Amino acid sequence: MLNPDSVGRTFAGADSISISQSDINSFAAVIGETKTDVAPPTFLIRSALEQYEKILTAPQVGLDWSRLVHGDQKFLLKRPIVAGDVFSCTATIENYRVAAGNEIVSVRSDFLQGQELVASTWSTLVVRA
Amino acid sequence: MNTVGTVLPERIFWIDRGLLKAYADASGDQNPIHQNERFALSVGLPNVIAHGMLTMALVGKYVTDWAGDPAAVEEFTARFIKPVIVPADIKVDLTVVATISEIDGNRIKLELIATSAGIKVLGMAKAVIRK
Repeated sequence: MLNPDSVGRTFAGADSISISQSDINSFAAVIGETKTDVAPPTFLIRSALEQYEKILTAPQVGLDWSRLVHGDQKFLLKRPIVAGDVFSCTATIENYRVAAGNEIVSVRSDFLQGQELVASTWSTLVVRA
Repeated sequence: MNTVGTVLPERIFWIDRGLLKAYADASGDQNPIHQNERFALSVGLPNVIAHGMLTMALVGKYVTDWAGDPAAVEEFTARFIKPVIVPADIKVDLTVVATISEIDGNRIKLELIATSAGIKVLGMAKAVIRK
């Protein structure tokens, strides 16, 4: 079970997330995208989920990642993501509830370049009973 | 002519186990429910299922192809309401269609519908693009 004290808290994620052209190329190839000067719109999910897993499964938060399914997802992009971008990242646990034994966690991840917010992602993650 | 209410052309993406493996490798999501049938069945799923985020990525491709620019998307939202079920050795469809729901200057909002085997797999799917 998630520690209720963690709800509303913002956690520092990785100090730097570097976006490489090869990562953009691999992601684009799967969906058949040949224009790779910018990343596909859902590209940041990899970094977002890595942040969430690290933060939500930490002992003081305590989520069981092995029973997790993805409920919903939102991206807000202030500008396209390109190779060479280096972001710092935070994750905020925005909401948590238990329904029919399922734990439902809403988390937001912000991607910043210096002080500038470049992108945010919101995810609802469900730990099945 | 882009006007509110315009329905955009439908498009079908084909999903098979090979695509799930490719997405797992590109995205880092190696959850076995997307690759291992025995595991998927053991946790109560009908079969291997596609990553919700693969479905969303393909719908994103539909959106950026229509926009003519992979950089056009400002907002993109979807709820994963039903899994895309991917049996071995066949391709299953992901059928995508959109309606223009708002136009505000150079911003266009699309309401997206995605189905597989006739079942709606995404809910509340929307994108805002610059065009």
